[in-house]
Amino acid sequence: MLEGESMAGLEIPTWDPETALLIGTILLEAVVLYVGYGGLERLFGPYLMKLLVGGEENAQ
Amino acid sequence: MLNSLLDGLGILGTSPEMLAMFVGFGLVVGVLFGFFGMGGSFLVTPALLMLDYPAPIAVGSGMAFVFGTAIIATLKHHDLGQVDYKLGVIMITGTTIGIEVGRASVYYLESLGFAGGIISIAYVVLLGGVGAMVTRDALKGDGGGGIDHEAADKDLSEYEIPEVAKTIQQKVRIPPMVTLRGDVRVSAWVITAVAFATGLLSGFLGVGGGFIRMPAMIYAIGVPVPVAVGTDLFEIVFSGGLGSYLYGQGGGVDLGIVAPLLLGSALGARIGSAATAVVDADGIKIYFGGMLLVGATAVGVGEIGSYIGNSTLELLGLVLVIGAAVVVALAILYTAISSLRVTHRQQTSTAD
Repeated sequence: MLEGESMAGLEIPTWDPETALLIGTILLEAVVLYVGYGGLERLFGPYLMKLLVGGEENAQ
Repeated sequence: MLNSLLDGLGILGTSPEMLAMFVGFGLVVGVLFGFFGMGGSFLVTPALLMLDYPAPIAVGSGMAFVFGTAIIATLKHHDLGQVDYKLGVIMITGTTIGIEVGRASVYYLESLGFAGGIISIAYVVLLGGVGAMVTRDALKGDGGGGIDHEAADKDLSEYEIPEVAKTIQQKVRIPPMVTLRGDVRVSAWVITAVAFATGLLSGFLGVGGGFIRMPAMIYAIGVPVPVAVGTDLFEIVFSGGLGSYLYGQGGGVDLGIVAPLLLGSALGARIGSAATAVVDADGIKIYFGGMLLVGATAVGVGEIGSYIGNSTLELLGLVLVIGAAVVVALAILYTAISSLRVTHRQQTSTAD
């Protein structure tokens, strides 16, 4: 349960709660972003597509 | 409370301007990754180095970014049914053992004084071999040589198994036999051998191994291309996670860099992969090659700049790296929107 004391020649990872929290945060962020952007795409995707594709016609 | 947590995790150590820049850079990198299926993440580490981050933070944060990107990409491929977990687990085990053996051989050869020469020869043979195989396949027709990241519409069993893989599947039938996605039936020993060999090369050459693993899964095991891509990403989650953890222990992972990069790249990847549906990737591949060359030149220029202490050259290097990525990302977006509009106009006139 001790923090890794040395990085030199470190081959087998030792348990470090602070680093585990850091990596866990990145993992959580990735999942939240996947789900979140997925939801946003479903909500606003069709509207955005209409805006982009029909943009020229709307301008005329 | 939140402040102290964010502070502890390193978010507040990055200025708002830098956070915004990382989100923007992440967006660009994401568009490239989503469109080409590769080649965004290796821009991150050089860019961080040019921004004067110490090497362990540049490499560690780059690796943590790859880890995050791989999770998002694996989730997407999972939703499309393109991750073979059985294959992934066998591959991870074989690869890990292979990497350790590869690393040990480097130290052994080093003690004999042969390491440098043998590693260089291995590189030439490997890159030449993979390149020749892929090019031959691409020239043979139907453009099957590229790694198509977005071939979601095609049924997995419709993928043609390369001749080499067919021969291996027929000749090596040592039990236990494993059935993989796309109805591929292969001996577990073949998978272990392939995983061990690719791990060995990866440990021996000190490379991530994706560029060896993916062709190996396609040509030696006979896995359909999308499954090879999805399963490779699943492996990267593990190797990237372990690598990030090791760098994180030494303080090499800066959440103030990784979090905003991911925020941008997750959105960019969606845009990039949506663009593949409307843009012919072959036309843009040339830009991609150009971007890699500009990137390589930029790293060289930046390196010379820092060596001779010329900050203008260092800045030029940074501008070139980011500029090349931005130009290619914009080219993708422009082409995608133009072709969408053309299709829309054609549909409208047909309806009229």
